[in-house]
Amino acid sequence: MNKETRFEGTSTFIATEDLMVAVNAAVALERPLLIKGEPGTGKTVLAQEIAASLGRPLIPWHIKSTTKAQQGLYEYDAVARLRDSQLGDAKVNDIANYIVRGKLWDAFEMDTRPVLLIDEIDKADIEFPNDLLQELDRMEFFVYETQQTIKATNRPIVVITSNNEKELPDAFLRRCFFHYIQFPDEGTMRAIVDVHYPGIQKQLVSEALNMFFAVRDVPGLKKKPSTSELLDWLKLLVAEDISAEDLRSNNSKTMVPPLYGALLKTEQDVHMLERLAFMSRQQR
Amino acid sequence: MFERFFLELRSAGVPASLREYLTLLEAMESGLADYKVEDFYYLSRSCLVKDERHIDRFDQVFGTVFKGLETVNDDSQTEIPEEWLRSLAARMFTEEEKREIEALGGWEKLMETLKERLEEQKKRHQGGSKWIGTGGTSPFGADGYNPEGIRIGQKESRHQRAVKVWDKREFKNFDDKVELGTRNIKVALRRLRKFAREGAADELDLDGTIRATAERGYLDVKLVAERHNAAKVLLFLDAGGSMDMYVRMVEELFSACRTEFKHLEYFYFHNCPYDHVWRDNKRRHDERTSLWDVLHTYPSDYKVVFVGDASMSPYEIVYPGGAVEYWNEEAGVTWMERVLNVYAHAVWLNPVEQNWWGHTQSIGMINQIMSERMFPFTLEGLDEAMRELSR
Repeated sequence: MNKETRFEGTSTFIATEDLMVAVNAAVALERPLLIKGEPGTGKTVLAQEIAASLGRPLIPWHIKSTTKAQQGLYEYDAVARLRDSQLGDAKVNDIANYIVRGKLWDAFEMDTRPVLLIDEIDKADIEFPNDLLQELDRMEFFVYETQQTIKATNRPIVVITSNNEKELPDAFLRRCFFHYIQFPDEGTMRAIVDVHYPGIQKQLVSEALNMFFAVRDVPGLKKKPSTSELLDWLKLLVAEDISAEDLRSNNSKTMVPPLYGALLKTEQDVHMLERLAFMSRQQR
Repeated sequence: MFERFFLELRSAGVPASLREYLTLLEAMESGLADYKVEDFYYLSRSCLVKDERHIDRFDQVFGTVFKGLETVNDDSQTEIPEEWLRSLAARMFTEEEKREIEALGGWEKLMETLKERLEEQKKRHQGGSKWIGTGGTSPFGADGYNPEGIRIGQKESRHQRAVKVWDKREFKNFDDKVELGTRNIKVALRRLRKFAREGAADELDLDGTIRATAERGYLDVKLVAERHNAAKVLLFLDAGGSMDMYVRMVEELFSACRTEFKHLEYFYFHNCPYDHVWRDNKRRHDERTSLWDVLHTYPSDYKVVFVGDASMSPYEIVYPGGAVEYWNEEAGVTWMERVLNVYAHAVWLNPVEQNWWGHTQSIGMINQIMSERMFPFTLEGLDEAMRELSR
């Protein structure tokens, strides 16, 4: 296999081996890659990194609850045409003037093979994935208004992310490669921190990681802190000039990490941690 | 090439299709995983498994097919937590026996022996002194020397009203795939559907447009929200104990529900809801959700459906500490009332035949707490329950 087309992580992204295999399979066989995983494990970033590492342009398509599959292909702006016809504009005779291209169309007509990111597909209506089946499978679609078929000159590398809010239809799943990004273990996490903050003090990182995993282990947290929260927190720790020693002495005293606002996002979680800390102090 | 692997996967319940298998072959042909077993493992996983819930099954099958290992009998017996065995063994052995065990290699060894025996054991067995079974003299097993009648690895309760049960039942999560025979239930559940206009305005309001256009003298397009199912449901399922025989029925209800509601949240409890419920039956001991959190998370427009046989000892309802699995600080009735205070629309579906309700005291008690909103688990009962909910 061609060396150029292999994805092996980048200087800013640590890819585990199973992830690399999945990405490379999807790239080589030109099938969409479906990525699931806890929030904050880098699903969206992955697409950017694939694009960067393979030197491809990235076309992101962020899905909302109101997004329709058709919007990814094209939209016919009938209202604009109606208005123009009332104003007697000459443009009105060519319907093609009122066809607005969608992200898929853009991706299909790129000169080079782009990376198309369909982000958070589970946000959309339940029928959304079904409506894109043929388009993603054959990489072509038909524009009724102008009677033309748009076919991909270069089949884009399609990366789809899902947060598991809705089940995806089987027929859709069958056409994808699938990868579940697991929460990184401590070793991987250290590597991830390393690529983001190369100059950071080793001691601070290991203290911070200990605390981070301890917080994650607290049962019943509403939202467990994830990789992106850890990175933010570390940035804050560095900015506030908190040393490893501070962190350790703080740890033995209170259990509540300093600047916890970066790690815990709900009030209940903070309360819970404070309560636990209070209890552990009383036991002493 | 890997037909056996593929077929084993399917028989293990990984829903891989022929198309995905062909994709795998295609990937192999293009040399994506040539020389490393790991690569092949990752590649086949990525091709054939499309849901993280199936990865565990996939791993087991992969191990079996490619290493020639026997499938370890996936019995709940292998799930006995070590902690508990330790404490059990500590109570059951005399000092002398404990020394003997130490001589054998200590607790580690004991645990190992136990594991081996669990794996060797093929058939059900009773008596004897080596195998794990029931009524024997082996230190492991159920109904042996244990005077408290604490049981391990016994799938069905012997008596339906045991006061303390310690059974590490690995209730499989209710599979939502049971589709057969659910047609009838669906018909009844459809009553729950309440059509409401909610969400973004993205549908043409024809009447509104005509009116607005007439008023203003130019085409004024009006949009309204799309019509969709806005019924929100919280489902509490009784798992285990005396419910074992109704699990199938519950599964049917569950699988029907999945497709019917826009918002469906489900939780499991055992016999009576207390301060904790859990979402994943396999992880019921470590991933529990506080019932307070449930009450605070889901607004009061959710409709609550309890499914349970409500057959338990009355202590489990009225006394703190009456729960069979752990010490509950507050009585079941307190928790039931809290739930009912938040959610005005609630019903209890009971799979026990209505004629028998009078014979179990606790059913009457629960029914009273529910203010007579308990319905039998029949088509008719469901119909009534759904009518009650959509009031």
